[in-house]
Amino acid sequence: MDQHFARTEMLPPMTPPITERGAVKWLRENLFSTPFNIALTLFGIAVIYLLVRASLPWWLNSVWNASSLSECRQIVEAAAGTGATGACWAMIREWWGAFIFGFYPPDQWWRPILAFGFLMAALAPVLFSGQTRNLTIVLVVVAVFLALTLWLAGTPGIAFGLAALVVIGMLALAQVQPGKLIWFTLIYPALCFWLLWGGSVWSPIVAMAGFGVLYVVFRQASPFIGLAPAAGAGVLAAVLWWLYLDKALVDVLHGVVPLALQSINSDQFGGFLLAIVIGITGISFSLPIGILLALGRQSDMLIVKTLSVGFIEFIRGVPLITLLFTASLLLQYFLPPGTNFDIILRVIILVTFFAAAYLAEVIRGGLAALPRGQYEAADALGLDYWRAQRLIILPQALKISIPSIVSTFIGLFKDTTLVAFVGLMDPLKGVTQIVRADINWKGIYWEPYIFVGTIFFLICFGMSRYSMYLEKKLKTDHR
Amino acid sequence: MKKSVFFGALAATTMVAGLAGATTLDDVKARGELICGSNTGLTGFGAPDASGNWTGFDVDLCRAIAAAVLGDAKKVKFVPTTGETRFTALQSGEVDLLVRNSTWTFSRDTELALDFVAVNYYDGQGFMVRKDLGVSSAKELDGATVCIQTGTTTELNLADFFKQNNITYQPVTVADDSEGQRQYLAGACDAYTTDASGLAASRATLPDAENHVILPEIISKEPLGPVVRHGDNNWGDVVRWTYYALLIAEEKGITSANIEEVLASTTDEEVKRLLGASGDMGVKIGLDNAAFKNAIAAVGNYGEIFARNIGEGTSINLARGLNALWTQGGLQYAPPLR
Repeated sequence: MDQHFARTEMLPPMTPPITERGAVKWLRENLFSTPFNIALTLFGIAVIYLLVRASLPWWLNSVWNASSLSECRQIVEAAAGTGATGACWAMIREWWGAFIFGFYPPDQWWRPILAFGFLMAALAPVLFSGQTRNLTIVLVVVAVFLALTLWLAGTPGIAFGLAALVVIGMLALAQVQPGKLIWFTLIYPALCFWLLWGGSVWSPIVAMAGFGVLYVVFRQASPFIGLAPAAGAGVLAAVLWWLYLDKALVDVLHGVVPLALQSINSDQFGGFLLAIVIGITGISFSLPIGILLALGRQSDMLIVKTLSVGFIEFIRGVPLITLLFTASLLLQYFLPPGTNFDIILRVIILVTFFAAAYLAEVIRGGLAALPRGQYEAADALGLDYWRAQRLIILPQALKISIPSIVSTFIGLFKDTTLVAFVGLMDPLKGVTQIVRADINWKGIYWEPYIFVGTIFFLICFGMSRYSMYLEKKLKTDHR
Repeated sequence: MKKSVFFGALAATTMVAGLAGATTLDDVKARGELICGSNTGLTGFGAPDASGNWTGFDVDLCRAIAAAVLGDAKKVKFVPTTGETRFTALQSGEVDLLVRNSTWTFSRDTELALDFVAVNYYDGQGFMVRKDLGVSSAKELDGATVCIQTGTTTELNLADFFKQNNITYQPVTVADDSEGQRQYLAGACDAYTTDASGLAASRATLPDAENHVILPEIISKEPLGPVVRHGDNNWGDVVRWTYYALLIAEEKGITSANIEEVLASTTDEEVKRLLGASGDMGVKIGLDNAAFKNAIAAVGNYGEIFARNIGEGTSINLARGLNALWTQGGLQYAPPLR
């Protein structure tokens, strides 16, 4: 009678009780775990409900086709009854050109578009140095973007062909020698300047040649008179080149090969074109200046240190608005009468200084966070000052500072809207005010802000995501 | 429309003597372009359209001056100036003149070393209220909340007015006109106050304009006009007399359409002098003899400019009022051209 019962097949597992699985479990754990949480949840839901109830009809009643605000209102009332309100996006339809390009002539819009596409292509080698896969992705995206937008903007065939050639050439180079792409980044500033402002093709080329002069003089002189004096001589030669030879040479070359784009005045720049020109130039120049200032502040040399500290503290102690007013009004007093120093250039210079001062402090924080041993290790290896900084100190310090650096960049980009106070057409206030001065759209309030805010958000969010990617990529610790 | 004078004062005190080597007139001629300080966008008075062409009442005066000086009304560059930067921009030589609805006041004329050469629009501060408030005079606004642009002298005018009439009010400060209109519409204030021309433009664009009234009281004098730098009297004369030429043209019935006809048939000596057919009025101030004729032909006479940009029939629908010619009961009066 020795009977055994042995289960030969397993029962299927029971599903957990309803309160312990799926959405219900998540809700219980996250939203309704304690009486206090329940109260908070209900309060939150009520707030969201009220917000949606107040604004949803406005969004749903959006009007896309109308020629004036009053026509918008009529359409909304006809569709949703009297007293109903609705968004009037028709304004964007009519004015989007001004929001994006300011008053840049529409038949020349392909130039800022091309400059923007090339900007992405020029940034890629810096952001993803040497990674063929990422570079290829970026360049393909750029190619598609350019093909589409340039076609829409009615680009002249020859410009389209040249642009295609450049992008295809870069794609090919990315496959074989991705490191070499950095050369495109180096010539990009001159290319961008020429595309945006136009004029003779020779002025950016001759101006860039000044850097060549600097380099050649430096190389030739350094074996005889030492590094620092050679650098000084190089700078002097380049300045002489820019001051005295530049203009004459441009005239001569332009006489021989008259290649030129239509000149565009700075007062035709506006909207996001202006914001991006100021923002990107400020960002790219403030980082190197900021690094130098941070190093200068830590230096043992009295004059360098004093100058750096003085510059940083002065610029940080003064509101950006003050600097902008200085750029727009006071500089004119100090320059000789009749000098026409471009207002956008003046604003860019002071915005760059402003960002550089903040970056210097951010980077100094990174430098201070490095253990003293790193500096001593660099010295022990027998590296000189610049090599130690370049190979050991800065890579670590900059990595630590990435989140703050990107924060500063985002702040700088958003601060470009402040140029409205010196009469430039920034997208948020400048263009919006012009739209509102149009009797057809006077009284429009939220729509331009929402439109401009959305674009700003997309750009800043992109920067923020990139910084997170970079942090993850460069993470070497084991925390 | 009067913002802080701080920057202007700063500019005036730091102005270097002999800053402008040549006269403004010579500079403009050499440059081949008039640089006109204008608004950052004010309905009817000066704003660019979607393709960047500037239009407006103030803008047309700039064009007239360009036509007089350079013979081409298109040779103008408009530099938008904000309330804070306008006077300094003029002082520092960034702009040749300012035609930007700026009020002529004692301190601006003297301390800021500016010259207001004429008044092209007589404005004044008014009130707009909802009809159902049942108010027919600003003096009945006791205890009302009033939307007011901060940092302007409209704020001071308002305080003065309520104090004089021994009534109280509660200010709701707003940053600019669009916000003021928004707050007023949302019911944040009973009355909205700003310059009467601005009120009319705002009222015209309200969704229910018929439910709002502009009260009859005008509580301040706001003479708006073109401004030039102190000390360059010839340039001031050019601006002043180009403006007066437009007034005389209206007085004499000369329009941009009939100007050639009038020139051929007129027997009026003043008209002949105005159009450069006799005398040398233009040459005397360093211009061409046909300067005033060019200006009138380019933009029309004062009445035409008014009617085209802000007058009755436009959406802003302003009556001539104080800005009618003196012969029609207004204040616009040009000295004799002889």
